[in-house]
Amino acid sequence: MRPSHVPGAAARAASAGQGEDVPGRRAAPGADASGASARDGSALVAAAWEALRGVADPELPAVNVVELGVVRSVRAVEGASGGTALEVVITPTFSACPALHVIEASVADAVSALGVAVRVVTALSPPWTSDDMTDAAREKLRAFGIAPPARHGGLVEIALEAPVRCPRCDHPDTRLRNAFGSTLCREIRTCRACGETFERFKPL
Amino acid sequence: MTTALETPPTGTLRDALVARLTALADDELLLGHRDSEWTSHGPLLEEDIAISNLAQDEIGHAVLWYEVRARLDGSDPDDLAFHRDPEGFRSCLLVEMPRGDWAFTMLRQFLFDCYEAEALPRLARSPYPPLAEAAAKAHREELFHLRHAGLWVRRLGLGTEESRSRALAALGVLWPEVGGLLAPLPTDADLVAAGYLPDWEALPGAVVARARAALGAADLDPGRDPVVPAVNARDRVSPQRAELLATLQSVARADPEAVVW
Repeated sequence: MRPSHVPGAAARAASAGQGEDVPGRRAAPGADASGASARDGSALVAAAWEALRGVADPELPAVNVVELGVVRSVRAVEGASGGTALEVVITPTFSACPALHVIEASVADAVSALGVAVRVVTALSPPWTSDDMTDAAREKLRAFGIAPPARHGGLVEIALEAPVRCPRCDHPDTRLRNAFGSTLCREIRTCRACGETFERFKPL
Repeated sequence: MTTALETPPTGTLRDALVARLTALADDELLLGHRDSEWTSHGPLLEEDIAISNLAQDEIGHAVLWYEVRARLDGSDPDDLAFHRDPEGFRSCLLVEMPRGDWAFTMLRQFLFDCYEAEALPRLARSPYPPLAEAAAKAHREELFHLRHAGLWVRRLGLGTEESRSRALAALGVLWPEVGGLLAPLPTDADLVAAGYLPDWEALPGAVVARARAALGAADLDPGRDPVVPAVNARDRVSPQRAELLATLQSVARADPEAVVW
């Protein structure tokens, strides 16, 4: 088990790969695994992507962090003691999302389980948008009962006003009940056709 | 397009940037705290959820600014929030005042959202990447705040005699304090001269014009423009700030050694 998240300890690196020493940047748990240094970096990166597809967003357990668009990059870097390490760059959906700390720890766990040292860096740029979510993730959200965000190409206000289909009966006649919901990323709607009250992932 | 500064600022520019970031963060933290005082006390379940979301967002944005500051001076965001004395805070009175009634809370949120709608896109053009990136991130999320608070301004202004009189009473207290929010810190001039705060001189006029347009559409006349002082050092501790921080910091200060909550 990783230690619990320590508030403030994970000061975020606002931009990945700047090379400057960021206080609190999450260090690799344990030393570089000596077995990993002999392995091919690109094979490790591919294995890491595969492992990350097993990491769920704790507030959206139906989707994983890769298809959500939260994992920005994975690359092989030189570890602290000369071996190969992996640097994983993640980005928050909403900046105050409390799930980010859990995601950070879960990402580190999933990659270090491959026997390689890992550094998780949080980057704010480019800012996450709901357009970063894959079609597969949208379909999983719908099946889970959450209406997925419409693709907006930057025109968020138009997407916010566009019809939203009920995830239960697929009827487009639904109304907004609350622009805010159980998490920062959701709003609450009701279907006029079947009466279902459901959440929609907000276009961002 | 501005050119990114490869190296962080040093000397007086660094100190000025730390001061500006502190003011940005402290305003967000204190407003978020005041909003959070409605959690479980909202007038409707839906609004209770909404205001709690707003509170969470503002506190999250405070964290963004504190973390940019941390890169410059190695400070710890939690330490700044929970173990700094009121004298070290650089919040303005607008966000420090008690939450009042629902009209007061929503009018304040709306005025602050108008300010952020103008300030954040300007900061997002700053040549210092950490500042610009944090501003761009917060700006995206603020869209939901302005829409929500703006609807409430219309509802209050065009609703009943009761809602309208409460909105006007709130505006009478809040509108003059917009000047204190918009007034530059004494050291902001250095940042403006060095290009760190693009188009910052035009900020007060833009915020007032934006707020006036929406207030007018809700038939709410705030009266004369707020007086924007030449500078606001924000270094005087108001009783409202002291009271707020005594509550906000009470749990952390009860056990300063605690690291896991």
